[in-house]
Parts: sequence; structure tokens; C-alpha cells
Amino acid sequence: MKKNNEKRNLISIEVLGLILGLLWISPFYLMLVNAFKTKRDIFSGVLGLPEEWITENFVEAFIDLEFLKSLFNSTLVTGLSVAIIILFSSMAGYALARNKSKLSGFMFFTFVAAMLIPFQSVMIPLVALFGQVDMLNAGGLIFMYLGFGCSLSIFLYHGAMTGVSKSMDEAAIIDGANRFQLFWFIIFPLLKPISVTVGILNVIWIWNDYLLPSLVLSESNATIPLKMFFFFGQYTKQWHLALAGLTIAIIPVIIGYFFAQKQIIQGVSEGAVK
Amino acid sequence: MKNKSLAFWLFLTPVILGLGIVVVIPFIYGFIYSFTDWNGIRATAFIGLENYISLFQEDEFMNSIWFTTKFAFVAVILLNIFGLGLALIVTRNLKSSSLLRTVFFMPNLIGGLILGFIWQFIFISVFGDIGNLTGIEGFNGWLSTANTGFWGIVILTCWQMAGYIMIIYIAYLENIPKDLIEAAKIDGASAFQRFKNITFPLVAPAFTISMFLTLSMAFKIYDQNLSLTNGGPANQTQMVAMEIVNTAFSDNDMAYAQAKAVIFFLIVSVVALTQVYYNKKREVEM
Repeated sequence: MKKNNEKRNLISIEVLGLILGLLWISPFYLMLVNAFKTKRDIFSGVLGLPEEWITENFVEAFIDLEFLKSLFNSTLVTGLSVAIIILFSSMAGYALARNKSKLSGFMFFTFVAAMLIPFQSVMIPLVALFGQVDMLNAGGLIFMYLGFGCSLSIFLYHGAMTGVSKSMDEAAIIDGANRFQLFWFIIFPLLKPISVTVGILNVIWIWNDYLLPSLVLSESNATIPLKMFFFFGQYTKQWHLALAGLTIAIIPVIIGYFFAQKQIIQGVSEGAVK
Repeated sequence: MKNKSLAFWLFLTPVILGLGIVVVIPFIYGFIYSFTDWNGIRATAFIGLENYISLFQEDEFMNSIWFTTKFAFVAVILLNIFGLGLALIVTRNLKSSSLLRTVFFMPNLIGGLILGFIWQFIFISVFGDIGNLTGIEGFNGWLSTANTGFWGIVILTCWQMAGYIMIIYIAYLENIPKDLIEAAKIDGASAFQRFKNITFPLVAPAFTISMFLTLSMAFKIYDQNLSLTNGGPANQTQMVAMEIVNTAFSDNDMAYAQAKAVIFFLIVSVVALTQVYYNKKREVEM
């Protein structure tokens, strides 16, 4: 009797979960279905299926978004930024963890405390400064991402270093390795799990960032979110095109999520809980 | 690695330059500029607290602070209810558990700007059609008043972020020893008692983290605000972050915007530090 009760309970939770799940994906469903409609079809109703499934909206949006170009720009900026964040933050996390002096502790504290500063509090002088030295371009943007991204990354690497025994260092030094060889060939490979986490967290953030690129990049080398903003402004009240553009813009993310779902959820969980 | 070792400094130089040039120097300069008449290129005079005095007299700025505070309050409560609720559902032994996790978390990976545009369509067109179909007035005219704009941003944020908060709660829920729950069941504890006496205390650290994350996130929201309402109607749904961006880059009032940015920093830090302090204290007491 009790067992039955519990089973019924579980089924009702499952049903509740599925209803919520459907509710959760409904915005994506509505976006997708209406992206296949003509303008007139959308005007006569957005709740039903298209009278006729058309693909012209996608073609037009793809061209207007200059999608391949914005995809390339996004990939370049995100890829390079995340690569240098991993490179330099891992080195710093290692150095700070292996030096127990007061100075080292103070620097670590400074990096962590910098996380408190919201972007808007530094954005105006930052843009002015980079404008004066003519660095409001993709190179400058990547450097800015290093500055904004290194705090959390150093924090995570520093934490992971507690799991790497100091005897590793000593053995390598006795064998005649210098600090760089020691770090790159012995320590860095051991930090691979945390590097995956650091990489995922920074990719999600940088890929989707809108405000910083909007202040730094011109329209000709816009990333996907920036291009999307211009595109959407151009097609207000033309939902058939706007929705097709939005669908295209999220496809790379969905593909990435599909292939790396487990690592993404684990990485996000680790990044938040630590 | 010693302080004097060359390797130590070589390992740190790139990030010191990065943080220094991108965050620390602009932060210090920004603080100084906020007391001047800086126009983005040069400052000609110190004007003391003038910027600060006028920002507290500006209705639009004070309204944005009030709006953001209200939003943060509602969003933190709802996000934690939804996050914990979803986590409690998907950690049960369901057939659809992993599918549901995937679905709930998905909006989190997509940028707030794009999600805001999608929801603009939902609130305007889909809600409009539902309103016409059912004859319920409440569905019409969303985003055209400050009130519906407010709830629009709340709904969007909950939908986007609940999956993230869910992940945090899952990490703690899955660490609860199964035999503890079983033992309580055998002793005749009801589902509510089990939740109150076992689950809740063991996930308490997750509250610290989630509250801290949701609160600071709610105060800093910009993209969703821009793409969903763009502050409208009549700047009534403009949050602090957007207020600062617009003062700086639309009105070109740089020093004044920077004074607002300093106030913004103070609010965010006070909120965050208080939060951490109280939650740490509570955890120790428990």
C-alpha cells in the first residue's frame, strides 16, 4: 500500500516536471514555428502551425546578419580570449599558490576582491583610455577580456593547486627542469580538469557578451550578439525575419550544448559552488 | 617560488597588466573623475561633490535605483524558489530527469540580449493572441506599461537563470547521504519533516551561494533590460546599469555618469558583503 502511494507520488512529480519542461521550451518552440511563416501568416495568428512552411526568412536573415562573418568574429574573439585567460591565469594561480609570502597573499586577495567591481563602474574610463591609445578594436577587446576574466580563473586555479603535491616541483627541479618546463610539462597537465571548467565558464560569458563589444567594436567586425542588435533594430515589427535571425543566432550554442552538455553542466556547477 | 625569484614575477606579469590596465586603473581614475567636469577626454576643474549632489536630485536615476532594488528583491525570491523546486524535481528518480535538466538549463547558455528579443515576441504577439482568443484583458498590452515591463523582466530572468540556480542546488542535494533519508523514513518522518530537518539544513550553504549570485546578478542586469523593454515606457523600466550606460554614451555626460557608476559600485559591494557576512554567521550558528 505504502509502495503504491510512493509510486503514484513519483508519477505525479514526473508529470509536473514534464509540464514545466514543456513550458520552459515553449518560447523556443514559438520562435521556431513562427520563423517558418510568412508575414501575413504571423499577422493572422502566432499560436498555430504555419499555413505553408517557408524557408525564405532564414535565407534572408542569414544574408542580412552576414552570419558567416559574425560567426567568424565571435569565434576569433572568444577563442583567443579564452586561450590567453587559461594560459596566463593558470601560470598566476600556480605562482600565487606556491609562494606563501604576505605579498603573494595580498595579490591573491586583490584579484579576488576585483570580482566585486561591476563592469559599469570601470567601463567609461576604460573605453576612454583604450580610445586614446587607439586600441578600440578586436585586439584591445581580447586584452580587456583577460583583465575581466582572470580574477575568477586565478581563483579557480589557485584552489585546484592545493591538490597538486609540492614534491612534484621538487623532483622536477632536482632533475634539472626550470620553472617554465616544470609548469608546462608537469603541473599544467595535472590542472586539466580545472582548465576545462575555466574554459567553459569563460566561453559562455564571452560568447554571449553584448555591452563590451558594443563599446569597442565597429559594425564591420561585430560579434553575433552585436550584429543581432543591429539586425533586430532594422526589422522591428517584421517578426518573420527577426525570429529567423534569432533562430540562426542560437544554433551554434545549441550545437555546442549538444556535444558538451555534461562538461558544461559540471563546469558551471563547479564554478558556482567554489 | 620566492618573492625575489624572476619566474614568480614572469608568471604574474600578464595578469597584473591585464587586471591593472583594464580594472584597477580605470577604477581609480573613474573615482577621481567623478569629482571633476571630465568630458571623456579631459577634465578642467574639480567640482567637488556637485555630480553626487545632482544625481541624488535626479528623478530618473533615483527611479532606476528603486526599480532595480524592487526587481532584485522579487527576482532573488522567485529564482531561489524555482531553482530549488526544479532541483527537487530532477533529483528524484524520474525517467525524464536528465532530459529535464538539459531543458531547464538551456536558456542559461544563450545571451540575455537574444533571449530578451525572443520574449519581446512572446509578450507582444503571443500574449496578444492569447488575450484575443480567451478574452482575458490581462494578456494585452504587455511591455507597454511600467508594471508589465517590470514583470516581463522578472519572468525573463527567472526563465533564464532558474536552471543555473537549479544546478547549484543539485550539487548539494546529491551530497545528502541516501541512508539518512531512508532512516528518517523508517522512523516515520513525513516528507515535509524530512525536508525541514534533513534536506533543508544540508543545503543551507547552497542558499548562501545562490542568494549571493542572484542578488549581484539582479543588480547588474543590462542585456535583458535593453532587449526586452529598452527602459520603456518613458524610462520607467530603466535599471541602474542601463541608466549609467545611457548617461555616458547617449547623453555624453561622462563625469556625471561616472559618479553614478561609483554609487552603483557602493550599492553592489554593500549588498554583496552584507549577504556573505550574514550567511556565514547563520551557517556557523546552525
